[in-house]
Amino acid sequence: MKTKLSLLLVALVVFLTGCATTQQRLLDSEASQVQLRSIQTRAFDTTDKEKTLRTVMATLQDLGFVLDKADATLGTVSATKLKGYALRMTVTVRPRGTTQLLVRANAQYNVQPVTDPEPYQQFFAALEKAMFLTAHQAD
Amino acid sequence: MKKFLSIFLVGAFLVAGCQTIPKDALTLSPESLAERQMQTRKYETKDEGKILAACAGLLQDMGFNIDESETNLGLITASKQRSAENAGQIVTAVIVAALGGGAMAVDKEQKMRASVVTRPIGDQENYIAVRVTFQRIVWNTQGQVTKSESIIDPAVYQEFFDKLSKAIFLEGQEI
Repeated sequence: MKTKLSLLLVALVVFLTGCATTQQRLLDSEASQVQLRSIQTRAFDTTDKEKTLRTVMATLQDLGFVLDKADATLGTVSATKLKGYALRMTVTVRPRGTTQLLVRANAQYNVQPVTDPEPYQQFFAALEKAMFLTAHQAD
Repeated sequence: MKKFLSIFLVGAFLVAGCQTIPKDALTLSPESLAERQMQTRKYETKDEGKILAACAGLLQDMGFNIDESETNLGLITASKQRSAENAGQIVTAVIVAALGGGAMAVDKEQKMRASVVTRPIGDQENYIAVRVTFQRIVWNTQGQVTKSESIIDPAVYQEFFDKLSKAIFLEGQEI
């Protein structure tokens, strides 16, 4: 009897903790803003925004993505990879000081945000190769 | 024993709850170079706008609707919706039904997407490289997604670029 009850309780707790509110889901409030930015951002020693954006697009294509949209003025590129799963990525490029560009990527895997550092490291490693430039940790 | 069962249960919930991104999702695959070559052609011109316009015309020839375009970065994305019915699946479903297996879901619709990216290349930037990529999502008669994939069939790309050469010629002749 007691074990049955505790089992039920455990199951209930797991269900409840799994249920985030709409506000939490909308704003992904549980993620740390500072940490997320450092995982998703790298600085490159170039000021050529257009060329960087074009290289980002080529890298995404190499990684099996199909481009969704791009905006040179705002400096954003979005793409989706379908391979039994849906991986959607947005990459933004903006100036940092007068000698560098900041490249930030964020990804969504099916219905979840990607917050692990590793996939981003892999993405920037591929981008570095295409840029012929080293990616610096931005902070 | 019961303790084991509860631990197992909790474990099962946790595993089901965390669907993680595959390790190779953002790494360059060994095939990526071959795929790039298959999906890319270069044209000897400096006029990127002309090539993009030809691509837009070609996508229209192929029944696509343009979703987005960005001339400054050389991008056009387009999509279309088509039937995904195929004879083999329907024959199987009929046989299953005839044997008393009930109604089997078969592929019904698909959304096909194309994106064309152009890029000046070469030392003098006197070539324009065109890379096209296709992908599709297939839904069955119950509305479930049965396939979501990139289309990697060399024949598709061969035909696309054959048609593109023709489109570039036609645009040049203003037809």
